[in-house]
Parts: sequence; structure tokens; C-alpha cells
Amino acid sequence: MEQQATISVENNVVYCRGAWTLPNLPQLERRGQTLQWPDASTILYNAAEVTAMDTGGALMLRRCIDGLQHKGHQTSLKGLRPEFAQLLQRVQAQPTQAGNKAAVRKVKWVPSPIRVIHSRQDSAVRALAFIGESTLAFFRSIARPQSIRWKSLMRFVELDGVRALPITGLLTFLVGIVIAYQGAEQLKKFGTNIFIVDLVGISLLREIAPLIVAILIAGRSGSAYAAEIGTMKVTEELDAVRTLGISPMNLLVLPRVLGLIIALPLLTVYADVVGVFGGMLIALGELNVSFVEFVTRFEEAVPLRHFLIGLGKAPFFAALIALVGCYQGFQIRGGVDDVGRHTTISVVQGIFLVIVFDAICSILLNWWDL
Amino acid sequence: MPSAMKTETSVIEVSHVTTKFGQAVVHEDISLSIQRGEIFAIAGGNGCGKTTLLREIIGLIVPSSGTIRLFGIDSRKLEMGDGHPVHRRFGVMFQQGGLFSSLTLAENVAVPLREHTTLSEMLIHDIVAAKIAMVELPPGSAAKYPNELSGGMRRRAALARALVMDPELLFLDEPTAGLDPIIASGFDELVQSLKNLLGLTVVMVTHDLDSLWQITDRVAVLGYGKVLGIGTMEELFQSDDQYIREYFQGDRGREARKQAARQTAGRDA
Repeated sequence: MEQQATISVENNVVYCRGAWTLPNLPQLERRGQTLQWPDASTILYNAAEVTAMDTGGALMLRRCIDGLQHKGHQTSLKGLRPEFAQLLQRVQAQPTQAGNKAAVRKVKWVPSPIRVIHSRQDSAVRALAFIGESTLAFFRSIARPQSIRWKSLMRFVELDGVRALPITGLLTFLVGIVIAYQGAEQLKKFGTNIFIVDLVGISLLREIAPLIVAILIAGRSGSAYAAEIGTMKVTEELDAVRTLGISPMNLLVLPRVLGLIIALPLLTVYADVVGVFGGMLIALGELNVSFVEFVTRFEEAVPLRHFLIGLGKAPFFAALIALVGCYQGFQIRGGVDDVGRHTTISVVQGIFLVIVFDAICSILLNWWDL
Repeated sequence: MPSAMKTETSVIEVSHVTTKFGQAVVHEDISLSIQRGEIFAIAGGNGCGKTTLLREIIGLIVPSSGTIRLFGIDSRKLEMGDGHPVHRRFGVMFQQGGLFSSLTLAENVAVPLREHTTLSEMLIHDIVAAKIAMVELPPGSAAKYPNELSGGMRRRAALARALVMDPELLFLDEPTAGLDPIIASGFDELVQSLKNLLGLTVVMVTHDLDSLWQITDRVAVLGYGKVLGIGTMEELFQSDDQYIREYFQGDRGREARKQAARQTAGRDA
């Protein structure tokens, strides 16, 4: 198989020799470009010494012959073994260049603005339809609580809540430590060590703990929802669900949304406790504020409303994350990269919406002096 | 490479292969050999380990014990997928096609060429177009993505990709399962004609009785973890084995046999 392939011209006869197979083609192609093609009216191809030929080799020979015919030469071929001639015949009938022009898709670098607006419009309409549908399904199931799939709902509480305890705990603990450290430097300068309690308590309970938990869960559960539902769509499970007369909203979306709405506030409370504990450790170590002092000051300095505001945001965060995840799952059309793309979008949009919602809350609550 | 005939006649040598998944024994001491230039089928009921055997032969799974030689090379050496030169000598068509969903049909077919050769872009285009035409796909489908193709087209595309390097050996996993009878018999004819044209050795896993009767040279029947019988369809049809009798002599089996006989008669006439 290490045999070489050659093409050469002697006395207006083109000699083809050797193994005309894929490994030899690049070299043959180069050779063909530098070859002095004969200039006679009739050119003879002698292929008696071709020892092997595959489809690529046959195509190459075909191209050599066709090229000369285009220039107006007559060609004739002799000596090719019958099995190779059959192969040559087979590739002969094929439109080689014309056919695969279509295979190269035109890539537009800048899509036309109208197309972009149209596709945005489409997706906005789809998103609205999805929100409407899920809201309807939500109210319907509230009217008939027995139609809620409690078992699967509880499974999501476990998967997205209980199983997320270690990571949320660790993260908010560390965030509590970080905040306390940063505050401690400043407070020490003024000798107002005890205010560490206000700093840690209010910032964590009101803003940071709910936000950290929501962002973490958007990455953890939102992506999972999109990938799960998308895979079900690709494997036709969704179609099966529909044809069995089960509403995908009821079966897939509501348990996830409601499950997360239950799990996220619980996680937030847990994160509050662990985060504040992290702050307490630093307060003790850096500022000599004992646990007892810390807790006593906590009762005075941190009104209940901060805790409630933080906690109150959590169900909305949960609904946003779960709805975006499910919606992106339904948008998957098939194909591996489609699953990846929509999973990514679900996380990015989930976090984006959580932060936007949080900002709106801050502004409104500020207006109302809460 | 049709002409690169070597002195070796058996392309695949399976000897004393035993496969276990945990407690479940899939194969127990299986031995068979596949000759150059034949269409060899592995048949058997659902779940008897046909596809597992195929995957062992191409080096995707390592058998629990025993050896498999592909072109005289131990299949254990193929396991890594590290571009062992033997990979260029066989093509595989998977049951679901195994097409890359992020690439168009034409790009899918071109993958082996781009990976293993240094051909010019133009030549790659030509070869891809030739292969797409060879498996009788319309040229317009070349720019489509796999999820835009029908099941039959996807399988043809997978066949084109398996054939693009002009391998000596072609593996087909359930090539006709789930295809309509017209397309299925068209596929059989396609395999037969490509085999004659390119001088292929074909190993197929199937339980399509029509395919078995019409295009195979030899068939191995797997069952109860063993090779129950091996030979031409006519030989197996006369077999005394209880399972093989049930497999081939049911109504469907007899019908397929008659059909094949009719077709052969028609071809000769």
C-alpha cells in the first residue's frame, strides 16, 4: 500500500501508474498542476499500470480527462482494469462542482435589522404565550389542588432545596466572612466595633443572602430545567406526554416552579443564618464582639422588616428562574448545540432577571421608606 | 481499496469471547471468523448481544475474556480511538446514524477526509459529492442538518460517511430497522451494489429476514450467549436447532425466503 501514484506525459500519451488511492491523491494533485499537458487533438490515456483505485482516485482521473476535454481535446482511455472502469463510470455521471455549491451555506456576518426585529418579535410573543399559559395552569391548579403533582413537586424541593444546602451554606458563610472583614477595617478606625452587627445583619438579610442563593440556584436548577425539558423534547417524550392527554404545563412546569418557590425561601433563611454566623466569627476574632453581645445588638439593630423583605423576594426570584429555565427548555428544537445554547441562555437570563427584579425592589422600597 | 488484496482471507477473527456486564453474561465463548469479500450478518433475537459483539469487534467495548482480531490486529489496541491506522480501513454506520448534529450532511461526510488526509478543499468537495450521490441522496440535501433529514436519509448519510475513506470493511448496525419496505429493500440493493463496486467486506447486525435472505453470504445466529448456527441462509433454514427453526421457519421467515427466491429468479431471467 506504500505504492506511489504517478502521472506523466510521453509522446502525447498520458501514463497513469501506481495506486490511485486517497493517501496518494494530494501528491497526484500537485503533480497534475505542474504537468505539461500535451497539445494534440487526440490524447491517449494509458492506465494499464494503475494497480489500485478508489473513489477519490477515480474522481481524480475523471477530472484530468474532463479538464482536457474542456480545452477541446479528444481523449481516449485504455488499459484500465474493468473493476476500476466501473468505478470511473460511477463517478462519471455525477455533477461534481455544480451540485455542492449549495452545500456551502452563505454566512451573513451582519443580519438584516428587519430579520432581527422579526425574530425578536417572534420570541417575545412565544415568551408571552408561555407566561400566559403557565399562569393559567397555575390558577387552575390552585382551584383544584388535587391536580397538582405533589410527589414530583416534593422531588424538586429535595433536588433543588435539600441537595443545594451544602453549597449555599458554604458560599453564604464565606460571603458573611468577607463582608465582616471589610467592615471591620473601617469600624476599628472609629472604635464603633459593635456596628459590625448592623452591617452584617442588614446587608445579608435584606440583599446579599437572597441574591447569592438565587444566582446559585439559577446556575444549578435553571440550567437543569432547560436541559431536562429540552432533552425530553428531542427524544419525543414531550410529544408522548401531549398525546397521552397530559398537559406538559401540569406535568413538567408547575412542579418545578412551585417546588422552587417553596425551596428558595427556605434556602434563603438557611443562608441568612449561616452568613450571619460567618460574620459573628469575624466580629469575635477581629473586633472582640462576643456572641452574646452580637445577638443582643442584633435584636435591636436589625428590625424584622429587613428579614421579611429579603425573604419576600425569594419566591419571586424562584418563579423567574424556574419559568425562564422551563421556557428555554421548550424552545430547544433538537440537536446537541441547541441544547447547549438554550441551557446557557436560561442561566444568563435567569440571573439577569433576578438582578433586575432586585434593583426594582430596592428602588420601590426606598420610595416607600421601608 | 479493492485491489489491495492480501494473502490473509479472514478479516475478522473472534475467538473464545466472553462478555459479562456485572452478573449478566452476554456472550459465552463465542468464536467466528469473517472472510474477505463476503456480506456477513449477525442475527438473533432482541437483546442477544448482536450489537455488543459488533461494538467489541470495532473496539468500543473490551470483551471480558477472549480475543478479537481485526485485520490481524488485536481489537484491544483500537480502544483508545487515537487514530490507529486501522481506523481508516473500516467504516461504521451506527443504528441512529451517529451524525454530528452541528454539521451539515456534506460537512459530516467530509469529517474523515479532513481528519485523515491533506486533500485540497476542491477535491474534498468532489469526493463528498460523489459519495452523497453514490448512496443516492439528492444533491440538495447536502446543505441540510441531520435534524432536517428523514430517518432513511440520515441512515444513507451515515453510510456515505462510513464509505468516504473507501474502507475495505463496512459495519452496519441494523441498517434497515424502522425503514419502510421499499426503502429497506432499496438499501439492501445499495449495500450489495456498493459492495460489488468497491470490493467491500460487509458485516451487518440485523434481524430483518428479507435482508438476510436477499444479500447475505453467511449468517451467524446468536442466542443464549452462544453462536447457535453459522452458515448460508439455506443451511440455517435446514438447521435442527430449536431456536433457529423458530427464527427462520416462522411465517415471516418462509415468506422472506420465497420472496428472495422470486427475486433471484427475476434477476436471472
